[in-house]
Amino acid sequence: MSDSLKLTLGPLLFNWPADQVAEFYGRIAELAPVDTVCLGEVVCQKREPLLGGTLAEAAGQLADAGKEVVWSGYGLIADEKDMAATKGLAESSEGLVEANDITALPFLQGRPHAIGPLVNVYNEDTLRWLVARGATRICLAPELSRDAIARLTEAAGEAELEVQVFGRLPLALSARCYHARAHGLHKDGCQYVCDRDPDGMAVDTLDNEHFLAVNGIQTLSHSIVELSAEIDDLIGIGVTRFRLSPHHVDMVAIAHVWRDLLEGKRDLPRARRIIQTVAAFAPPSNGYFHARPGAVALNN
Amino acid sequence: MTGGALELVCPAGTPASLRAAVDAGADAIYLGFRDETNARNFPGLNFSRDELADGIKYAGSKGVKVLVAINTYPRAGNPGPWRAAVDDAARLGAWAVILADIGLLDYARQNHPDLRRHLSVQASAANAQAIKFYCDEFGVKRVVLPRVLTVDEIARINDAVEVETEVFAFGGMCVMAEGRCLLSSYATGESPNMNGVCSPAEHIHYEERDGQLVSRLGDFTINKFREGEPAGYPTLCKGRFRACSRDSYLFEEPVSLDVSNILPDLMKAGVTALKIEGRQRGKAYVAQVVSAFRRAVDAAARGEQPDTADLASITEGGQQSTGAYEKGWR
Repeated sequence: MSDSLKLTLGPLLFNWPADQVAEFYGRIAELAPVDTVCLGEVVCQKREPLLGGTLAEAAGQLADAGKEVVWSGYGLIADEKDMAATKGLAESSEGLVEANDITALPFLQGRPHAIGPLVNVYNEDTLRWLVARGATRICLAPELSRDAIARLTEAAGEAELEVQVFGRLPLALSARCYHARAHGLHKDGCQYVCDRDPDGMAVDTLDNEHFLAVNGIQTLSHSIVELSAEIDDLIGIGVTRFRLSPHHVDMVAIAHVWRDLLEGKRDLPRARRIIQTVAAFAPPSNGYFHARPGAVALNN
Repeated sequence: MTGGALELVCPAGTPASLRAAVDAGADAIYLGFRDETNARNFPGLNFSRDELADGIKYAGSKGVKVLVAINTYPRAGNPGPWRAAVDDAARLGAWAVILADIGLLDYARQNHPDLRRHLSVQASAANAQAIKFYCDEFGVKRVVLPRVLTVDEIARINDAVEVETEVFAFGGMCVMAEGRCLLSSYATGESPNMNGVCSPAEHIHYEERDGQLVSRLGDFTINKFREGEPAGYPTLCKGRFRACSRDSYLFEEPVSLDVSNILPDLMKAGVTALKIEGRQRGKAYVAQVVSAFRRAVDAAARGEQPDTADLASITEGGQQSTGAYEKGWR
């Protein structure tokens, strides 16, 4: 059964220096028991030149290590430059391309492709429509509950459905860069201040409650979604792919925990303990899965 | 649309607001059914089937069109209410439906090919390619553009596409890409996409603390107000937060959108219609804003610079913004 269950490392959402990115993917290639790695800048096209050929090199290393590479496209495609880049990505990539904006779909139509969590797939009709156009893999939006996911897996046919089980949740995108704004800067002259926060910039309430995290034009949850305790349920309702969203922590350790879980080694207290120790910068949450506010952490 | 003027698309949360908007000079009215199929699913708002029939009759008698917004995302396992909303809008003679979900667009195209389909802002089609996609696949005739574009970008989109475009002109402002924001459900469990609400009132409570009024949404503090400071509705993205050791309106100040002073630019940019936000507003507000915009739009159509003084008094907290329409906003 574990053969059909796959572990995906989602795209790196943050602005890390190129040498760190290279080292990160080098380690993933060598040590992380993941089946698939998504590469590509999803949040801000301005960051892309900073990485130079780092991701292309990482793709080679990952492929050599037997991992599938998926190229993830932009989340918010606004101008002609974004569009041209997306078209280029779709045309030049050999492997699967993951659309994170509807705009990418016409470039991908008629060939197998993936749909990322930033594209709205809320119901069976939309899911079937996308699958009929060539979507073979769909990572669902984080706000879907267990019941909604279960309905969607029933309608998915041959397509694989993926759920994010680790990492901060992508909650919103804007034309405005909140990193720049928080530093008194404008998006066009942002000085790349998003590189100061490798897991996103803390956004707290005026009562000092941790609440959100800003990553350039993206807003993430402060909490880390953590669905290890839900694994039997996820598998039971037909989810076959499990996404880990990269953070500035030991992602190899996180990947090992999840590989063990998928292979049936279900020491849940141990899994939870390792995840919360490795990713100690924010508390876990699982509310969305249980049809509650996303920030909620239910004990189960 | 009269003589090249921008078409004025006005909100109606109740039959009384519909009449007020029609009487004040609206070219079209948009509204929703009284359920979660539309993005203003607030208690006491929206239309029954009978009220829609009456509204269409009244509007039609004055030459005004009625558009039905069915712009939340149908729930997995329960497409019934959304399909019924499309079927009933068609049956009762709505001029158009405003849709966001791919599956529902496809349903409308297949089952009601003659019913005019507009793409809701909730679909967040922010560029020419995305717009062409919705036109080619679902025969969309008009696209409501997200509030993330500059006037220049809107002009370039209109150069590149055949379809009509509608832009937000006045009222509340979403700072996030519409239809792609889960902030509300993160704090409350209810979101625009799934429930047609953002920062819903039943999840808001106020506390008096140390001489301050504290507004909370779910388990999170959204703002604090000193005595005498006007306390706006605690919409999540309009709250005050702490980042980089500084308290600020991190996402957006509590301003409202007002494009009345750039109407000539929007006309030049090829925009077909202006949308006034505010289905949750009372009929007096609707009448006031619609008549002010009627005058402004007609003035712009005559080549005059619109006089916008009367709109300034209505804007939220007295503060106005042209929002993302000007690039400095970003």
